[in-house]
Amino acid sequence: MLRQWGPREAIGALWGEEEQRNEGARSPAKRAKDMELAPTIEVRDLEERTAIRLKDITKTFGEVVANDAVSLDVDWGEILALLGENGSGKTTLMNMLSGIYFPDSGEIQVDGKTVTVRSPKDAFGLGIGMIHQHFKLVDVLTAAENIILGLKGQGKLDRKAVARDIKAISEKYGFDIDPGQKIYDMSVSQKQTVEIVKVLYRGANILILDEPTAVLTPQETDKLFAILRNMKADGKAIIITHKLHEVMDISDKVAVLRKGKYIGTVNTSETDPQRLTDMMVGRAVSLDIDRPRAEHRNLRLEVENLTVLSGEGVKMLSGVSFSAFGGEILGIAGIAGSGQKELLEAIAGLQKAQAGAHIRYFPPESEEPIAGKHIPVKRDGEELVGKNPTQIEKIGVSLAFVPEDRLGMGLVAGMDMVDNMMLKTYKNGRGPLVDRRPPKKLAEDLISELEIVTPGVGTPVRKLSGGNVQKVLVGREIASSPTVLMTAYPVRGLDINSSYTIYHLLNEQKMKGVAVLLVGEDLDVLLELCDRILVLCGGKISGIVDGRSTTKEEVGLMMTHLPGGREASAVSVLQAGRTERGEDQ
Amino acid sequence: MSSQVKAAALREPLVRIAKRTDISKGQAWAIRAAAILLALVAGGLIVLAMGHNPFLVYADMAGGALGNKTGLKETVKIAVPLLGAALAIAPAFKMKFWNIGAEGQILAGGIAATYFALFWADKLPQVPLLLLMFLAAAVAGAFWGLIPAVFKAKWGTNETLFTLMLNYIALGIEQYLQNGPWKDTKGTGFPIIAQFAKGARLPKVFGVHAGWIIVLIFVVLMFLYLRYTKQGYEISVVGESEPTARYAGMNVSKIIIRTMCISGAIAGVVGFMTVSGADYTLNANTAGGVGFTAITVAWLAKLNPIVMVFIAAFLAVLTKGSGTIQTNFGIPKSMADVLTGIILFFMLGCEFFINYRLIFRGKGEAHHG
Repeated sequence: MLRQWGPREAIGALWGEEEQRNEGARSPAKRAKDMELAPTIEVRDLEERTAIRLKDITKTFGEVVANDAVSLDVDWGEILALLGENGSGKTTLMNMLSGIYFPDSGEIQVDGKTVTVRSPKDAFGLGIGMIHQHFKLVDVLTAAENIILGLKGQGKLDRKAVARDIKAISEKYGFDIDPGQKIYDMSVSQKQTVEIVKVLYRGANILILDEPTAVLTPQETDKLFAILRNMKADGKAIIITHKLHEVMDISDKVAVLRKGKYIGTVNTSETDPQRLTDMMVGRAVSLDIDRPRAEHRNLRLEVENLTVLSGEGVKMLSGVSFSAFGGEILGIAGIAGSGQKELLEAIAGLQKAQAGAHIRYFPPESEEPIAGKHIPVKRDGEELVGKNPTQIEKIGVSLAFVPEDRLGMGLVAGMDMVDNMMLKTYKNGRGPLVDRRPPKKLAEDLISELEIVTPGVGTPVRKLSGGNVQKVLVGREIASSPTVLMTAYPVRGLDINSSYTIYHLLNEQKMKGVAVLLVGEDLDVLLELCDRILVLCGGKISGIVDGRSTTKEEVGLMMTHLPGGREASAVSVLQAGRTERGEDQ
Repeated sequence: MSSQVKAAALREPLVRIAKRTDISKGQAWAIRAAAILLALVAGGLIVLAMGHNPFLVYADMAGGALGNKTGLKETVKIAVPLLGAALAIAPAFKMKFWNIGAEGQILAGGIAATYFALFWADKLPQVPLLLLMFLAAAVAGAFWGLIPAVFKAKWGTNETLFTLMLNYIALGIEQYLQNGPWKDTKGTGFPIIAQFAKGARLPKVFGVHAGWIIVLIFVVLMFLYLRYTKQGYEISVVGESEPTARYAGMNVSKIIIRTMCISGAIAGVVGFMTVSGADYTLNANTAGGVGFTAITVAWLAKLNPIVMVFIAAFLAVLTKGSGTIQTNFGIPKSMADVLTGIILFFMLGCEFFINYRLIFRGKGEAHHG
């Protein structure tokens, strides 16, 4: 195996070490051959500055054209941001570069040579390493074991040598990693570090990071970017995909994809977020999210001392207390797996609350437009703890939970829109038969009101695109005219236009006097949309801040720190990371 | 390495797999029909290897199973329990509850019906007696289906192993009854159960016991139940995703238990039809593997009760026809099993081609645009 790296001369001492590490994995004869060949490569490197060149890459999935004649270049020592909305084909393109998909047509050049990447192994052979959005690590193994996993050895595993090599890489680029630590003891950002070290250890000189900042707090993102800058200085070519925002800080060039088509590449220094957004969306889009003030702001939900255990008895929520008001959007921020899911599910009656918890519901005042649509309850606070999901739903508390895999809960993937519309109302009407006329009407109404793109009401929702699936789900929940609307990640996977449709729907509900609880992952959006933001950290509330006056940094800090300047206990943060991983699968 | 890269550049993978999204229902069934045809061709090759003319053999099979009245009656008699058991399995499988215990549920129903046939025949006239046997069989079958359902719903036990093991318990009970309390005292001393009295036998309609009418009614009911009732809707949701069912406020445990009662009850009725319509007695062969073959039927029909009618009929023709070719050609009767196996193999295999298509090297460009 010969690696065709770029400016090897710049890499210097580490090379020696990496070379040694690789020797362990290969036969002495091959090693000798590599050394012989090394000088010739350096000569060629001087001529070739382009690390990767994609020419007219096309890939289709059935009728869907995921990439349509996409071309781009990345030079050595350069960071290219690949920008595009969800579904624009970023991940598909990167997967072809890393050997997971094979292009229908087009050409890939690495270091000036046309290559064929048929498998991830081929990609590694060419020095291409990809860090996926969803980590591919074995939980019960240590960092070092994960890093060498799958590499051919000589029969005997020299753990000391491996640890030494990992340490060398870490020191060179500024990673903070303990080779002996088990993956399940790691936070999300530590796991990402292992993934990056893994590809570096395998000799990758071209790194692809697929939405690496999506799972990180702002502080962790800064740390990652510092590392990427070190690697760039070292001559590595880096491609990082993203939706927006952070690319401005880190990239040299930005390439934009829109609906599978290559729109263009611009130098980061010569552009700004507004121009990039216009390129992504294809027309000028206002980036401002509306935050009107509602007329009625009455106490709707009072949660007191809520504790929820996971199936294994781990505390997912611990003594959570807060109030939610009608006419406000209460954002819920936190690292994935900090108890957001459990909080919403407990309110909806899907999770058992531990003894001592109270969830009191206060119905809307009679003069409010949303009053009187649900079964009457005590005006001085109806206890929701102990009620089942159907009873809570009838009171007017609606949960539009968009889970990680989007179709796992809330919608039935294999069923059509009509059958999904009646998921919570199928019992209506007397007799043993279901009445499909009202849900059919509702489905048709939603299609026209929310501009849902589908061949018809009879198409299984599995076949709809992510944005349309979300519209179906959120639309159905809103159609039940709730007084409390809980939603998690409602815009995950949506393009910008659909996201704004959803924000608009949420604002509309808020203005009607509905209490909206919104679990979000994009802090920028939470800061623009929410009236108040509740920050969870390891199952506890680290604070509730005013959405109009807080900053991203403040919220980011609260996500990892409980009040009193105390850092979240190691256990709770780790626990959060672990759950996040569990939900991904 | 540079040579390796060069070689790789020239080589695109020979075959690539792409997901189909655009296949219509008609096309899908056409692929399945083609698979059956190919399976028959493959079976024909085996017949050819045995030194016979496959066309003559197939023709003889069809002729023996459908060509004359006696053969036709026999074929229907084979098809009835098969279809009944497949209908029994359908709601459970739709719920992704892998009930492979239809065999035991059939036996349980047969045992209950036999009790009334043996000890109540002289006390009741025919119609009430048969109704009683029908109900007793349904209740016993439902009970046998209820046991694994309760365990699954309450403690999450594995229903596949559980239902399978219950088959052997039901068989054990039958053996005990046959050798002990219910042994025919007037007979030759062999441990068999006495033939039912006239009043405990299902009457014949068009030469075949009335069971065929019962199963056809079940076909229609099951079709309507799964497609148009609230309970049928619940079954589909639970089968697709239990968390979603809970989210929708459904009582998943209750649905699992209720559905398995229905599944077991239908299987129990199949047992009743077999003892009262076909065999006029109960023996270890009352279920006779029908509960397992029915899984094939249900699966090949994609759990659609209407399609099950045709699949069950087709398998019955194969079984009856194999008996005929054994007589005429000396081909072992197990040829039917071989053919069924081949067909199943092809049918399951063809699902791949329904979901995916292959793109051969160099042909990739032709497909998009």
